Amino acid sequence: MMPFNNGMILSVLADYTDFTEVRWPKVWEATQETIYMTAFSVSAVFILGILIGLLLFESRGKESLWARGSYKVVSFFVNVFRSIPFLILIVLLIPFTKAILDSMTGPTAGLPALILSAAPFYGRLVETGLREIDKGVIEAAEAMGASKWEMIWKVYIPESLPSIVSGITVTAISLVGYTAMAGVIGAGGLGNLAYLEGFQRNQATVTLVATVVILLIVFAIQFVGDIVVNKIDKR
Amino acid sequence: MITLKDVSKEFTGKNKAVKAVDAVNLTIQSGEIFGIVGYSGAGKSTLVRMLNGLEKPTSGTVTLNDKIISTMSGQALRKERRAIGMIFQHFNLLWSRTVLENICFPLEIAKVEKTERIKRAKELIELVGLQGREDAYPAQLSGGQKQRVGIARALANEPQVLLCDEATSALDPQTTDDVLDLLVSINKKMNLTIVMITHEMHVVRKICHRMAVMDGGKVVEEGEVLSLFKHPAHPTTKRFIRQDSDPDSEDTDEVLRELLKTYPEGKLIRLLFHGGSAQAPVISHVSRSFNVDVNIIQGSMQSTQETPIGTLTIQLLGEEAAVEEAIKEFRVYRVEVEVLNDALQ
Ligand SMILES: Nc1ncnc2c1ncn2[C@@H]1O[C@H](COP(=O)(O)OP(=O)(O)O)[C@@H](O)[C@H]1O
Ligand SMILES: [Mg+2]
Repeated sequence: MMPFNNGMILSVLADYTDFTEVRWPKVWEATQETIYMTAFSVSAVFILGILIGLLLFESRGKESLWARGSYKVVSFFVNVFRSIPFLILIVLLIPFTKAILDSMTGPTAGLPALILSAAPFYGRLVETGLREIDKGVIEAAEAMGASKWEMIWKVYIPESLPSIVSGITVTAISLVGYTAMAGVIGAGGLGNLAYLEGFQRNQATVTLVATVVILLIVFAIQFVGDIVVNKIDKR
Repeated sequence: MITLKDVSKEFTGKNKAVKAVDAVNLTIQSGEIFGIVGYSGAGKSTLVRMLNGLEKPTSGTVTLNDKIISTMSGQALRKERRAIGMIFQHFNLLWSRTVLENICFPLEIAKVEKTERIKRAKELIELVGLQGREDAYPAQLSGGQKQRVGIARALANEPQVLLCDEATSALDPQTTDDVLDLLVSINKKMNLTIVMITHEMHVVRKICHRMAVMDGGKVVEEGEVLSLFKHPAHPTTKRFIRQDSDPDSEDTDEVLRELLKTYPEGKLIRLLFHGGSAQAPVISHVSRSFNVDVNIIQGSMQSTQETPIGTLTIQLLGEEAAVEEAIKEFRVYRVEVEVLNDALQ
């Protein structure tokens, strides 16, 4: 007996193309939820990550007790949260999420875990970008009498902007993946759709549609990220 | 006027301390171009960084026009730095800004209003000869053009002092000369004090009025450029001058040793001409008057801020007394004479 025959292939194909299963309003709703979770968490991660990156960069290798202490503390938390697998983090955070949000369902419920896991990761990327800034340029700005605040706004951020943008692109793409995982525990979105309708009700076409929409979102992010980096990088 | 009094700087590394600058005393007058030469690691960069407070001396004081830079910090130091421009070997421009925006940078820091900033930046672009390139990014410029932007940026806040740390060391000889000419013209136009740090003697020779030689963190010799060229005392100074006037000095020494073997009775001497003596036909006069033969081995001509100077290495052959007289006659013509026989043996 052959393990596969034409009949089998055709029936599998039929499983994946039964578009009568797909309830398009539901798909649209799930897409909106995914975009909401991604956009919100990316915005928060962007701001938090830049702050973490600046804090790590500024305190690294400095003499003062304050700097050494804050580097150790921030660095520790960054490493811990970066190392916890996302699925475990989200389960771990259920009591916390319950405490600050009323319900444990809906897209908002996924946000704390999304932000907590991605911000340290992005913070490290920002720090790496900042460390690639030419030391001579920093010294020149200091020699001109720039204050710390002017250094951050006029040197650190503009001179590392390509890394900051490409870093947030990478982070946003992994956040899309995380939202799908968050969907499984009830945070809505395309992951939730694929799990509830596709897997539990055995509707492979719904899973396929959810996958394609997620891919489109990822490609769109990558596309926009690449264009922006190309536009701002004058090196 | 910049004054350094007993200035030392020690870096404490993992297991040993480095004395980068060691008890330096220096006075740099307003409006002069002052050169500091030394080999790599001599402590030049550390010294110049103490002049604008990028580095704090371990001991001693640095004063700029009665203000003690070495004890300043925070806001006061940042404000004072606006009166001190600085240019660098690798230009250190912000790649994210255009030429115009780079020049505006120090003006933004000095809180100059926007229309005034642009007006001032455009004047500076004119001054350094970069008209038409204001919207270019540094990546689109040549090394010489980048350094011109660096100079314009350093001059934006109308400083009294310009610090140059190896400002021409990354440039080719032609571009180096162009940049040096620009610095001299700015020095004259604005009465700007310029401190040139370099490991290249020719840079100091061409544009500096006075100079100091650094070695192992110490200033080993200091004075007017011409007088150091005439009478260098410290071996490091001698080496720098020799390398400048005769880049192939090792080959020359080889030839001199050979000559000394072949004609042990001949005198090998190095002559240094400057001012009027460079123009008089001294050699043929001496040769004829004292009946000595002259064998020319190596010669070169260099410009300084004051006057051109020439060096000539020759061998004098003849009666011992006549040779002695000839040497005296050179001195009458204000030609510096150095007898090399002993040094070569
Ligand atoms: N930040 C620093 N930490 C430790 N050692 C330093 C530091 N900066 C300079 N040095 C040391 O000080 C000495 C002088 O350096 P530098 O001033 O850069 O010399 P130069 O500019 O003449 O080449 C060198 O031995 C160098 O290794
Ligand atoms: Mg140096």
